Amino acid sequence: MTAVHYLRCLRGIVVREALRFLHQRGRFIAALVRPLVWLFIFAAGFRSVLGVSIIPPYETYVLYEVYITPGLIGMIQLFNGMQSSLSMVYDREMGSMKTLLVSPLPRWYLLTCKLLAGVAVSILQVYAFLIVAAFWEIDAPVWGYVSLLPALVLSGLMLGALGMLLSSVIKQLENFAGVMNFVIFPMFFASSTLYPLWKIKESSLLLYNICAFNPFTHAVEMIRFALYGQVNTFSSLYVLASLALFLGLAIYGYDPGRGLIARRGEPAG
Amino acid sequence: MTPAAPAQATEPVADGVAALAVEGVSHSFGARRALENVAFTVHPGEFAVLLGLNGAGKTTLFSLVTRLYHNRSGAIRIFGSDVRKKPSRALAQIGVVFQQPTIDLDLSVSQNLRYHAALHGMSRRAAAERLEVELGRLDMAERADDKVRRLSGGQRRRVEIARALMHGPRLLLLDEPTVGLDIRARQAILDHVRRLCREEGLAVLWATHLIDEVGGHDRVVVLHEGRVLAFGGVADVIRGAGAATIIEAFTTLTGKDGT
Repeated sequence: MTAVHYLRCLRGIVVREALRFLHQRGRFIAALVRPLVWLFIFAAGFRSVLGVSIIPPYETYVLYEVYITPGLIGMIQLFNGMQSSLSMVYDREMGSMKTLLVSPLPRWYLLTCKLLAGVAVSILQVYAFLIVAAFWEIDAPVWGYVSLLPALVLSGLMLGALGMLLSSVIKQLENFAGVMNFVIFPMFFASSTLYPLWKIKESSLLLYNICAFNPFTHAVEMIRFALYGQVNTFSSLYVLASLALFLGLAIYGYDPGRGLIARRGEPAG
Repeated sequence: MTPAAPAQATEPVADGVAALAVEGVSHSFGARRALENVAFTVHPGEFAVLLGLNGAGKTTLFSLVTRLYHNRSGAIRIFGSDVRKKPSRALAQIGVVFQQPTIDLDLSVSQNLRYHAALHGMSRRAAAERLEVELGRLDMAERADDKVRRLSGGQRRRVEIARALMHGPRLLLLDEPTVGLDIRARQAILDHVRRLCREEGLAVLWATHLIDEVGGHDRVVVLHEGRVLAFGGVADVIRGAGAATIIEAFTTLTGKDGT
């Protein structure tokens, strides 16, 4: 197997994911509507209640809508990561995961390709959201849209790897509702998405510590800075470290000799 | 019970290395023993039927051969390459049709086949050529752009076989491939795979619980409760069990009625 084989395999997996995505228009619309609801209803309502003072990367007072936009970008990727996880559990129950895993290429590579394909889809969703938001004058400097891209790749990989890790642990499809309750909601609310960290610190130090520990906070902060052409080094490294941890554990989970896939096995047949 | 290898002596001398060699493989999930010292071989051009009731361990064996997870003891070799030690070389020579359909219903036939080709690192041109050959063989060339959802159950199965052959494997594994198909579709699939075996020299391992799928010249592996009770040519297995037909032999060996 040479580099060419690896690239062909990556292309094949991304093309399939893109085709599947195009066939599921409902999923695309849901992914677009969810953050827009937050932006137009929640944020508009809270605009007058929550004042946000000037904190980096902002140089002036910003509207609440502007403040929560990076968090909503993170939310798109969080949902997308969990959705990929759901589809991997589904694929495993339906057996089509096997088609992927019997490829002669190394399993870590196949899983990484799958991850990259999911990230590509999430990035399309994010830019679609930003275009709609721009019509309501919630926009960033033009360059920000470009500098956002590497941040999106990194945060998308991290959240996708988390989803993949969960998919290697979750036994059945039914357990997925639990993921909503115990992963998506706590990660989203205990983060800097809706309120800046210093504000959380004022009300509860414990909650502040939880938020500061939450990798999603750092994904959001990385995106927030990137959207204004700046780099938040600490958050970027924190996301990178989380990615390495989650991906490592996910690959372990799918290892034919060690992970849960080996211990749990298949129903008798 | 002793580890069974009763037919070893009557095995025909085949040229070269076995397409599939399973040697002393045991496997358990927790306390449940799924396979116990399983051993048999399949050579190029042989159609071997892995015969066993539901729960005999057929799917577990398939999972080990395709390296979904590792065998803990014994060895599995594909044309001499150990599945655990040289997974890439071993897997490149296997085509698999799993028990559950694993085909994307919303994608077209050719998109499904191209995806599989890409997983094996094939170029687009090579994939297009193989696609033509494999679909042509099935008389399905004109359905290439149809969504799989629009095909009948038997056609979907045949597409899965075509997919398994896209990368030109020399060993084809099929796990209960005729489940849920009517008699005619079943026969068509069986004929198709037998022809491949005869004409292309493909080695085939066909797992089933349907005894009537065993043909007169096949090799048979009788798997029961994780153990190989008999292995060899159909005639040898029947004679070894002191029976007149394969159904009788199966019943005698397993102590259960075959269905």
